[in-house]
Amino acid sequence: MSAAVRSGAGAAPGPGPLTLVDQFALGLDAPICLTWELTYACNLACTHCLSSSGRRDPRELSTAECEAVIEELQRMQVFYVNIGGGEPTVRPDFWHLLDYATAHQVGVKFSTNGVRITPEIARRLAGSDYVDVQISLDGATAQVNDRVRGPGSYDLAVRAMGTLAEAGFTGFKVSVVVTRDNVDQLDELKAIADRFGAQLRLTRLRPSGRGADVWDELHLLADQQRQLYDWLVAHGENVLTGDSFFHLAAFGQSLPGLNLCGAGRVVCLIDPVGDVYACPFAIHDSFRAGNVGDPGGFAGVWRHSELFAELRAPQSPGACGGCHFFDSCRGGCMAAKFFTGLPLDGPDPECVRGFGESALSQVAGPKPRPSLDHSHTGRRRGVPVTLGLRPPADAPPARSCAESPLAGFVPERPA
Amino acid sequence: MLAQKFDLDAGWMLHPSVAVRPEPFGALVYHFGTRRLSFLKSRQLLEVVQALGSAPTARAACEQAGVSAAALPAVTAALASLYASDTLCPRAAAPAEVA
Repeated sequence: MSAAVRSGAGAAPGPGPLTLVDQFALGLDAPICLTWELTYACNLACTHCLSSSGRRDPRELSTAECEAVIEELQRMQVFYVNIGGGEPTVRPDFWHLLDYATAHQVGVKFSTNGVRITPEIARRLAGSDYVDVQISLDGATAQVNDRVRGPGSYDLAVRAMGTLAEAGFTGFKVSVVVTRDNVDQLDELKAIADRFGAQLRLTRLRPSGRGADVWDELHLLADQQRQLYDWLVAHGENVLTGDSFFHLAAFGQSLPGLNLCGAGRVVCLIDPVGDVYACPFAIHDSFRAGNVGDPGGFAGVWRHSELFAELRAPQSPGACGGCHFFDSCRGGCMAAKFFTGLPLDGPDPECVRGFGESALSQVAGPKPRPSLDHSHTGRRRGVPVTLGLRPPADAPPARSCAESPLAGFVPERPA
Repeated sequence: MLAQKFDLDAGWMLHPSVAVRPEPFGALVYHFGTRRLSFLKSRQLLEVVQALGSAPTARAACEQAGVSAAALPAVTAALASLYASDTLCPRAAAPAEVA
């Protein structure tokens, strides 16, 4: 059940010299898929939450507003949405919205920590071709997982996986953010997914939201990046990555995937209050393109925002122009650069050729902070107080358990 | 992967779980059952695919879309790969629509 971009059906007379990836880079009339975070509310308080989730925002879209977005996505023929949060299933209308989307030919893949996956729900989910589920797990043991996701979260996730498997839901995803702590557990994580008839999905830790606060401690060390790359090459398309690791392509061969930053080009993010951002990892005013409530609606934002037009224009390789590997890594992740204070036309902070480290040493002044923070205040529920992992009291960031909107694209090589 | 044999003289249709979205370069194709995204690389191939359901045979759909004799082998290969990925199915053995 992996989503994949396939090179099928290409043999007919071509449209011209542009490759498919070139076409994608220029943008499409509608996103292929998008990430939609339904709420900032969350029962957990993961230390690396991309959306700094915790508390509901009073401005969150109402049920009727969400239905209107779904209708617009149907008109635009957006094939599916990756729903996240926060914890989307804590919205009382979540199951209604799920049914509403699939009834409007918009497929749904949702990310959850498992808190609302009951046997009855699992049976319902197993019965639909248009719904996929992604359980978040950040360690193969409770010790490693709970350090990031909070006490009890490992058991919660494993219980949900068992419930889905018992209901006959095969091929759901087990989604892991790869960190310094769990990179040695990749085999074990895959074994867990296999045990439940699920598929492992690995994504990159990003310095977005509360992730900025733990980035220095959790992002992969240089030798771990190589270790991850070799592991991904060995496992090929059996493991999904949401096209997360294209910066690793500079080690040699490209990994399966488009190897393209899809932000504003083929993907985007709608946040709980309806703001549209270029990607789920870039929740900052600099990457806000508009709101679904604007006069032209979501389609107007997608098609006419100045920000998205800029992203679709040919990009300057900047400082990476002289690097032999630019064609494979394309300078890496925009959000990772932005939130570490690096220029967007320079190397990724985790550039495998080491250019990121030298660039980081020249960063002066404060790094950009996320524009929103919905973290739980007061006693942080579910997370042990770990010196160094706790965000400063004035830390604001913003985004969360979102997944890459390219989630699940495991393209065979475009022909 | 070798394409399955594709009979140009049979009736074909899009798999009921497949959605096709026209794009300037051709079309994006998404299969809700396999969750795979693929694409049609030309508008002409899109026209052929759109004509399949109503044309008596795939060959007739190609003619309707103006596929030249010279281009027919390439189009046939493209249709075969769509069949191999379960995007197309023989009209006689159409699977029940998935809810």
